[in-house]
Amino acid sequence: MAEPMTAMPASPQPRQRRRLVRDLKAMPGFTATAWLCIVTLYLPILVLIAFSFNENRSVVLWTGFSLDWYAKALENDGIRNAAWVSVKVALFATVISTIAATMAALATTRTKPFIGQGLVYGIINQPLMIPEIVTAIATLSLFALVKKLTGLNGIGYLMLAHAAFCIPFAYMPIRARLETMTLTLEQAAADLYAPPLKVFTLVTLPLLGPGIVAGAMLAFVVSLDDVIITLMIAGPGETTLPIYILGAIRRGITPEINAVSTILVAVSVLLVMLLFIVQRRMQR
Amino acid sequence: MTGTEIARDRKAAVSARALSKTFGQGDYAITALDSVELDILENEFFTLLGPSGCGKTTLLRLIAGFELPTQGSISLQGQDITDKPPHRRPINTVFQNYALFPHMTVAENIGFGLRMLGKPTAEIKQTTERMLALVQLEAMAGRRTDQLSGGQQQRVALARALAPAPKVLLLDEPLAALDLKLRKNMQLELKSLQAETGITFVFVTHDQEEALTMSDRIAVMKSGKILQIGTPRDIYDRPTHRFVADFIGDINILEGTVEHTDGDLATVRLKDGSMVSAHLGPASARSGDVSVAIRPENVRLASAGETPTLTGVLENIVYFGAATNLHLRLGTGEEIVIRNPGAVDEGRYQPGATIGAILQPELIRVLE
Amino acid sequence: MSDREPQSALAAAIDQNKRNERVTRAWLLAPALAIILAISILPLGITVVYSFLTPGTYGGVTWEFSTDSYVQFLFQRDIFDDTLVFNSAYVSIFLRSIGLALGATLGALILGFPTAYFIATKPREQRNIWLFLITLPFWTNLLIRTYAMLLIIRDEGIINIMLMKAGIISSPLTILYTDTAVFIGLIYSFLPFMVLPIYASLEKLDFSLVEAGYDLYANRLKVLFHVIVPLAKPGIVAGCILVFIPGLGAYITPELLGGGKKLMIGNMIAMQFGASRNWPFGSAAALILMALVIVVLLVNALAARRGASNNG
Repeated sequence: MAEPMTAMPASPQPRQRRRLVRDLKAMPGFTATAWLCIVTLYLPILVLIAFSFNENRSVVLWTGFSLDWYAKALENDGIRNAAWVSVKVALFATVISTIAATMAALATTRTKPFIGQGLVYGIINQPLMIPEIVTAIATLSLFALVKKLTGLNGIGYLMLAHAAFCIPFAYMPIRARLETMTLTLEQAAADLYAPPLKVFTLVTLPLLGPGIVAGAMLAFVVSLDDVIITLMIAGPGETTLPIYILGAIRRGITPEINAVSTILVAVSVLLVMLLFIVQRRMQR
Repeated sequence: MTGTEIARDRKAAVSARALSKTFGQGDYAITALDSVELDILENEFFTLLGPSGCGKTTLLRLIAGFELPTQGSISLQGQDITDKPPHRRPINTVFQNYALFPHMTVAENIGFGLRMLGKPTAEIKQTTERMLALVQLEAMAGRRTDQLSGGQQQRVALARALAPAPKVLLLDEPLAALDLKLRKNMQLELKSLQAETGITFVFVTHDQEEALTMSDRIAVMKSGKILQIGTPRDIYDRPTHRFVADFIGDINILEGTVEHTDGDLATVRLKDGSMVSAHLGPASARSGDVSVAIRPENVRLASAGETPTLTGVLENIVYFGAATNLHLRLGTGEEIVIRNPGAVDEGRYQPGATIGAILQPELIRVLE
Repeated sequence: MSDREPQSALAAAIDQNKRNERVTRAWLLAPALAIILAISILPLGITVVYSFLTPGTYGGVTWEFSTDSYVQFLFQRDIFDDTLVFNSAYVSIFLRSIGLALGATLGALILGFPTAYFIATKPREQRNIWLFLITLPFWTNLLIRTYAMLLIIRDEGIINIMLMKAGIISSPLTILYTDTAVFIGLIYSFLPFMVLPIYASLEKLDFSLVEAGYDLYANRLKVLFHVIVPLAKPGIVAGCILVFIPGLGAYITPELLGGGKKLMIGNMIAMQFGASRNWPFGSAAALILMALVIVVLLVNALAARRGASNNG
């Protein structure tokens, strides 16, 4: 038995690698590029935030810390009205799109694969695939036609348009959540005498909860941030905060805009951070 | 079949008649179950054994009601339940990955079935406590299920499925995720739990040893069909199919021709001309070319002066502690393995030596 | 099989199940599909119709068939003798847009690939932080981000002030309202779209392949271009598409950083529905933009399919 061992020539000790490379994966310059990206992405926003606290009107030179511009912004009726419109529209769009997206996600993950499934995915994701400006003018054309035919006006058009483009954003995390939830849990509930409605309310819905919350938050942020579609279809008195800001920038740069912008950024960042926490919970 | 014979004098808990299940359609259709006939008796530990893809899990899911069969019927204690949804069947399942509800505590998991059945709170509480005691998890009642170890999760799954006192308990490879030692313990525990509760257990596994250890009866499945149903000894000692013989333990298979038969005994001329007598299975061919099978432990070395049944050249000796396997190449080119208890005299048995083997006649089977 | 009764009952149960499932599915899908079909897809049909109509005097359309919108895209009608003269104005806007979008894609790739690779080679905990940092700007308002960029690149912006203080330049560099500003703005806007898909494909990469590359005598550059880049190709392609398409249809960036003088397709389309009051021409331009996007997606889908069949 020992024969094959001795038959092999005693191999010399393999020479140790002499190269003192700590991390073979590292590439020269990549770290610097990554930091450059972060600086590029954040520097402008940080400058904007900093100048929103500047007491000087010039937006160029830093003279001292002040909250005056926030006070001015909050007193401004135009800004307050726009903020209220933004919140109204975003809330409506969030509720409608989250409900529709949840139902659609259940249909695409909790029933057997069906003919036309690809088409359904295509339709749901359609608002993501077409340039926003095209959707904007197309929606404008439709709404103009409907307004002419029915004579109906109002903020409902804007709300519906937001609901439509929020659906794919709400749909993504809900579907992802449903796909990681194995059907076994629902089958286990049915096995333990739960009728279909109870399976849904006691097992599917509670487990889906974080996905729905994530979807709703994304929808809210996306609606709150929209410019192009709103710009095209919003009627008089339907100015949202981003549209107000765009108008103000066109009129000239003031620290007041910086203050409002900072508030809007803060709202989005807070929501997205919350979302990250929710998703981390989900992974556990 | 042995299975149906036993069925006559005891009541069947679950019966399947001409049960088939096809997935997909047209060219992509896969037949997972093919006209299965099966009677699982009251109070028995019944195992569905087979390699992956043999249809054992599909059969279990049909009994549970998660799938509808393509054809055939299933009855529970004589009542047709074929198209009843799972929540209307007094049958519970222990899932392979336990499927514990992550948003409920251990106690809430165990009480779920009773709650769904609309039992009074006091009864739910009492039964849950009894179940927690049964699986020795009293201290864990308020824990979340993801704070438990694999073995503990397994017990919760078991308690949850037993709590509503089902007529039949289905277990889908419940031990597969546990490590070896834990698995051995759980095997014994499950067996005694079954005896204690008197509930019919239907257990799915691909592990032949597990099946032999735990079961009252085993059904060996392959490609959607049940090949043989019987007690562990039936399956091991009297395999009727080459596949069954091969799948469970080691086996020597030799080709031959039936010379004549007498009752369930046949005289078979092997390819090298030697004659053996072998037991016929219920569906074995009674004439012409057949395969005969014998376990290596039922073949022994011929001692000096004995007339060997077969002779061959020793090719390999594999020693593994409790026994030694000697691989013999016969003149016909066929190989047979002799399992000799303990070690062998290495001076006498060396590769290249010509060796005689004796097949114990009462343990040779003619395969179907 | 002996008794027919249970068999037909089973068949009926199977049918009933299938029917129930179909009905449930239809109800569940109805709201989402109805909203998107009505608010997002039906309008595209109207746009097609509008592109063949005649502009109304005060915006909108008059219902008179005309192919003028498409003709106008390439030609100018001579006022005096009604002949068509080639007009490069709109074509050049499209070409400019394509050029800027391509340039921004390349720029984002040069910045984004090393960043994605850097993140993918970090330990898991740090990775999440980096990813969060890359994703966060994506969820903040694009208008505000663009405005912030405007603040720092304008003549009296922080970049010019710092360069002048450092004595590198004596008078401010004019970046704002140039193609450079739009180019920088597009990269800045869509960089996360490049990093994330590349990261997704690099994350799956087994880094022992990199070690195997070194083991087989490749140097760093060779490992990068012969091992890592080919394996990250799906992510790179996805990233390029995700930057190119929104870049092509960009509105806010050229509007703010190009000062409305350096037009891109998006602004031109919007203008037709505003000051220019030529809805049919705007519709036609939007459809041409959409056609460009569809061509890019189709080419990608075909290439992906060919790649898949080559591998399989």
